[in-house]
Amino acid sequence: MTLSSTDADGLLRVRRSTQAPIYTIVGSMVLVVLLTVAPWVVPAEWSTVLMNFFILVTMATMWNLLAGYAGMVSIGQQAFVGLGAYATLYFAIKGVNPFFTIPLAALACAVIAYPVTFLLFRLRGGYFAVATWVVASTASLLIGINAYLGGGTGHILPNLPSLAPTSMQHLDYLATWGVALIVVTATYFLLRSRLGLVLASIRDNEVSARSAGTKVTSARRLVFLIAAAGCGAAGAVLAISQSYIQTGNEFNLQWSAEMLFVSMIGGLGTIEGPILGCIIFFALQQSLSQQGAWYLIIFGTVAVVIAIWQPQGLWGAFRDRFHVELLPVGHWVGERRSKGKSKTEE
Amino acid sequence: MIWVNVVVQGVLIGGFYALFACGLSLMFGVMRVINLAHGDIAVVAAYVAVFVTPHAHIPEVWAFLVVAPLFGLVGYVIQRTLIQKSIDRDPFTTLLVTFGLSVIIENLLLEIYSSNGQNVNIGELIVKSWHPQTIIYISYVSLVVLAASVLVLALLQLFLSKSGTGRLIRAVADDHEAAQLSGTNYRHIFGIAAAIAFATVALAGIAYGMMTEFAPTSGGVNLLFAFETVVIGGIGSLWGTLVGGIALGIAQQLGAHINPEYQVLFGNFLFLIVLAVRPQGLFGKKTALA
Repeated sequence: MTLSSTDADGLLRVRRSTQAPIYTIVGSMVLVVLLTVAPWVVPAEWSTVLMNFFILVTMATMWNLLAGYAGMVSIGQQAFVGLGAYATLYFAIKGVNPFFTIPLAALACAVIAYPVTFLLFRLRGGYFAVATWVVASTASLLIGINAYLGGGTGHILPNLPSLAPTSMQHLDYLATWGVALIVVTATYFLLRSRLGLVLASIRDNEVSARSAGTKVTSARRLVFLIAAAGCGAAGAVLAISQSYIQTGNEFNLQWSAEMLFVSMIGGLGTIEGPILGCIIFFALQQSLSQQGAWYLIIFGTVAVVIAIWQPQGLWGAFRDRFHVELLPVGHWVGERRSKGKSKTEE
Repeated sequence: MIWVNVVVQGVLIGGFYALFACGLSLMFGVMRVINLAHGDIAVVAAYVAVFVTPHAHIPEVWAFLVVAPLFGLVGYVIQRTLIQKSIDRDPFTTLLVTFGLSVIIENLLLEIYSSNGQNVNIGELIVKSWHPQTIIYISYVSLVVLAASVLVLALLQLFLSKSGTGRLIRAVADDHEAAQLSGTNYRHIFGIAAAIAFATVALAGIAYGMMTEFAPTSGGVNLLFAFETVVIGGIGSLWGTLVGGIALGIAQQLGAHINPEYQVLFGNFLFLIVLAVRPQGLFGKKTALA
């Protein structure tokens, strides 16, 4: 919906956020500083957990952009995690410092994703989902027969800077944290931009969005490329943090399973949701680490229950109850000097 | 002559793919549900045949007589509860829920039975084979599975076209709201379709266990093949599924003949080519894609 400025000046007031944005700004700056100095303060095993956490946050944010905002359920995002990792390996073998390959890996994934969309977009819904998986399987097999990249047995990541183990870990940490921060921030601004508006209109009613002249397919394609680039960056930092790259690990379906579960539990279609989902996931994983795969069984069960009975996810339920949004992407329209009465879906 | 053998092996494995895929195709055709746990359900059936039914003194060879109806019942219950609830939300939820089920089942099997490979014990039959030519090799198990697949597909075709319930299933598949207006309880019909799908995939799972080793993670790759079979053959066509399975089988055997590492890759290539050239599949109607 559009509101002219006279409307806004008169009776109605349009805001991004329910609470004063200054709290969010100050809060996120404090959080950024704390997480940046964390590896020098917390024990080493904590920073390892945090690194895995950041990698999953990056992937889940991208998956949520795909599924929660653009309505494309992919169970083949491990294709781009793996391709990102292998792009890093390729450039590292060519002599580039792996840390500098992260943007290259992201770019490579977006470039590969572009022709793939022309095949995948012929299918919808569930068939699209499984077709993404076929693409991931094909990518994994093609890399697996490439002896230059280590074939099926894997390859050690060369050309890592020679640093003391602790400094190396700090650097790894900063890389994963940096990628997660950039991906989440970029997603936030992306959704506040024109593309966010287009995505919201498609989500609410695709037919009327099309008839109003929205280029639905190109918007979807752009989102798919962005998600591929983000997962590629996650794959690159994954490769750096593990320093050994193997198709079975990098192209694992489990990445997509984790992206899907944390997004569902936290709340699809919100930026905060997947992050909350990741926090719950790692809390569960750490507390059940002695019990093998039980954390996945419990987590999967919770995800199924939430998908059926609480489709907004935990963050969605919290937001609807308390009207709190940390990273608002919509608009609130309300009367002057009253708390937001109605929220438009734009 | 070596190429004849490639085709023969492709046809043999293709029959199995068709048996595996027909339930997937049926569930999509009738309730527009892609069951991402389809492959894992087959694996569960194989585990039941190996570990549970022997307690009832049923030899593993004959376990399918008990397991298939049992899984039909399970399918009906799961459809009427979990899957129906997700359909009522939106098609998106069915994907999330069935993928969730898939991960749960796989990890539960890992916890209970470990990742060790298992076999459905069929005694001497496993090693017996027929050699019409020195280079051509037809294993009896694969032949039995191919025959069973054709039989199941024929019975299913007959059931859908001739019986009253079959007609109701087709009516509901066309338009479940219109069917309901004329007095059909479409949820019950959905349940029956799911029961058939689960029973056939249980058969496929046991057949898989007879032919090769299986483990908790076998479900995923089999779902991939089943899905490729459905898309290649054409969505919503039973005989198309058989042709799709055979085409996939031949492509894979061709790849494997060139280099064992190319087996799955060639199947994926065939899938991607069909997707690019004829997205509705060999026997599909264009409308089924939406």
